[in-house]
Amino acid sequence: MSEGRYREGIATHRLDAAEYAENLNDLHPPFDRHEAQVEADRCYFCYDAPCMNACPTQIDIPMFIRQISTDNPLGSAKTIFEQNIFGGMCARVCPTETLCEQVCVREVAEGKPVRIGLLQRYATDTAMKAGAQFFERAPSTGRKVAVVGAGPAGLACAHRLAMHGHEVVVFEARPKPGGLNEYGIAAYKSVDNFAQAEVDYITAIGGIEIRYEQEIGHHFTIGALVLKYDAVFLGMGLGGVNALGGADAQASGSVDAIEWIGELRQAADPGAVPVGRRVVVVGGGMTAIDAAVQARALGADEVTICYRGPRERMKASVYEQEVARSRGVVIRFEMQPSRILTEGGSVSGMEFTRHGETVTIACDQVMKAIGQTLVAPDLGTAADKLVLEGGRIVIDAEGRTSMAKVWAGGDCVNAGEDLTVAAVAQGRDAAESISRALAQ
Amino acid sequence: MADIRNDFVGIKSPNPFWLASAPPTDKAYNVVRAFKAGWGGVVWKTLGEEGPPVVNVNGPRYGAIWGADRRLLGLNNIELITDRELQTNLREIKQVKADWPDRAMVVSIMVPCEEQAWKAILPVVEETGCDGIELNFGCPHGMSERGMGSAVGQVPEYIEMVARWCKANTRMPVIVKLTPNITDIRYPARAALTGGADAVSLINTVSSITGVNLDNFSPEPSIDGKGSHGGYCGPAVKPIALNMVAEIARDPQTRGMPISGIGGVTTWRDAAEFMALGAGNVQVCTAAMTYGFRIVEDMIEGLSNWMDAKGHASLSDIIGRATPNVTDWQYLNLNYVAKARIDQDKCISCGRCHIACEDTSHQAITQTVNGKRMFEVMEDECVGCNLCVNVCPVEGCIEMVPLAPGTLDQRTGKTVSDSYANWTQHPNNPMAKAAAE
Repeated sequence: MSEGRYREGIATHRLDAAEYAENLNDLHPPFDRHEAQVEADRCYFCYDAPCMNACPTQIDIPMFIRQISTDNPLGSAKTIFEQNIFGGMCARVCPTETLCEQVCVREVAEGKPVRIGLLQRYATDTAMKAGAQFFERAPSTGRKVAVVGAGPAGLACAHRLAMHGHEVVVFEARPKPGGLNEYGIAAYKSVDNFAQAEVDYITAIGGIEIRYEQEIGHHFTIGALVLKYDAVFLGMGLGGVNALGGADAQASGSVDAIEWIGELRQAADPGAVPVGRRVVVVGGGMTAIDAAVQARALGADEVTICYRGPRERMKASVYEQEVARSRGVVIRFEMQPSRILTEGGSVSGMEFTRHGETVTIACDQVMKAIGQTLVAPDLGTAADKLVLEGGRIVIDAEGRTSMAKVWAGGDCVNAGEDLTVAAVAQGRDAAESISRALAQ
Repeated sequence: MADIRNDFVGIKSPNPFWLASAPPTDKAYNVVRAFKAGWGGVVWKTLGEEGPPVVNVNGPRYGAIWGADRRLLGLNNIELITDRELQTNLREIKQVKADWPDRAMVVSIMVPCEEQAWKAILPVVEETGCDGIELNFGCPHGMSERGMGSAVGQVPEYIEMVARWCKANTRMPVIVKLTPNITDIRYPARAALTGGADAVSLINTVSSITGVNLDNFSPEPSIDGKGSHGGYCGPAVKPIALNMVAEIARDPQTRGMPISGIGGVTTWRDAAEFMALGAGNVQVCTAAMTYGFRIVEDMIEGLSNWMDAKGHASLSDIIGRATPNVTDWQYLNLNYVAKARIDQDKCISCGRCHIACEDTSHQAITQTVNGKRMFEVMEDECVGCNLCVNVCPVEGCIEMVPLAPGTLDQRTGKTVSDSYANWTQHPNNPMAKAAAE
């Protein structure tokens, strides 16, 4: 029987504390001032820059980089936060390789983009460390807006509403704010409890009350909020997870990847989070990558991502895939899940169909990262209907839903990519729309 | 293999790269290291008259400005002439010259503006066996407050007078080092020639303050919270120096006078440019102070390779080759029409050409073509100013293409002429009209 990290089955404490610290450290160490200056010097200060246009929040990237190069990091942070109050987290989790950095003219010219994400982190970290706040509330309008969900969409909306002088009450189902920033993103992308620090920084503007453990249906309904508040913003994300269909099993060892990631993020001791010796991650998005990389980080010996589609359809970027491979994760394509195999109530393997053949991978743990679903919100006595499409809330260009006085944004809507940065843009823009509506 | 041996007013050196009179040439230790590295010659750091040596500040002597990635672009210094005993310097000069007979050894001198002072020092310098002297009429800091350095160089009559004293009291070649801190470099150069000097060297450093400390409001470099203007040098001053060299080379009164080119020479290419404008050789300081002496290896090889590639057999083939092409604005060909052309294969779509032209020039570069981000020159607006070329980060992406005679200039609606016509003949020139009448 193997000892330590090679113990069979699902186990905790495969590694020692130092190894956990090393493995779950920052994916990209932050720039120091010198590195930031050197990198900022590489920016050409493009006009109508492609990077800016590739950013869902339209941050004026050339300007914020120029401000770093002139040793004006606070001005730089303000440029970022004006467009994206979650600029700190986005600097950590944005797939920059498929957004701003992909279209950087230096990527085009020499295959080496300006490292915009790390520069953004430098500027925002500097400002947050200095406790510099750039926004004030406008005089109170006396209007009250309810926001459902304290994730990136909800808080971006709340912050912008607060700037405009509205009172905001945020209803959050979980005991902590941050949404997927807190519960759904790999630990190595957000070290040192950054998500909570960021929420504190954002809510410091005032006028934002967050009520925790308030679940739609249990504690309130959308209809009730519509009656009580001048406007409602829905940013509750996707509360449900897709099932593996017939192949799913309740066997011990079958876990939902996003829950497992959340468990690890909330764990005081990462070693206490159980992980298999051999892990199969089913899925092809960033959550699959985050789960797989962290399973390796916790000491799993073999980790295989099985994606049902071909390589080119995989949602996780090529860069993310490279990160996973560099951490020892095997990625296999065109693996259609068939069923989870069990022995004595525990997972013993997973069966796939691949080009008509049955492929079996022995494992102790299966992590499902096959997407999340919207839990249709309880509308209560509301007269209007909430129109959905493809299982998501339909919004117009301003973020308005089919219900009067109700806006929505983030993962729960059927617009934009499921990215933190897209959620922030939608929350912010909905807040502007709400403000315009309330002013009438 | 090109012959890059140098003969400057009879002073021979294996290559045209000398170290300028400056901190790197203050001691035998440094100079020997330089000769080992391959430098063709040195101008020994300026000697003063016999007696207690000058003293230097005990704080920062240098300030700087930097470009991207902290590349040093300009250096400023407030160090004075040598602060070592005259006899120590003379002894070392003699020994080094004896040990390195094939290298040029020129000694820089700065003594008070009295004939007796020059009469006293010239024989002892000559006794070292050095190849020539350079009169330091250039240093803009410190010594100028005592009536020396640029205080002399700014008065052509003094230059002429001291040059004459020197020629009368030594057999050695006399090179007069000029200060750029004047309005017209031709006057001091003419004075040096009239006084009998064999050559001029230029430029000495430019009076400068490199910056201000915004915490304590002290100029940089800061000595106990105060600063004094220093001498500016390095790549930043090269264009100023090139112009001054050219002005002297093409001045009818000084044409043909040997010039040792100084000012921001960092590479073989810089050296070739100085020589093309009329310098017989070059002197280097800041580049050596930034990177060390071994850069001379590349200077020697680079110059030689370029000469081979272009078929130049010796330095005389390149010296002064660009001088005839320096002219007055009024003689530039107004019938020459060029338009910017953007190579779309090389364009990385940064948009800098567009915004430079749009905001500050002639609105002649598109931002989009058929709704697509694309930068193209609108020939009917382009005046051929070259700004887009200068701001483009990709070398060779934008070029100025001359319009062939006979083609239509879409901006003016005129056919490009094959004849030469300048301002002196232009109908808008009142002087031209007056002449015609």
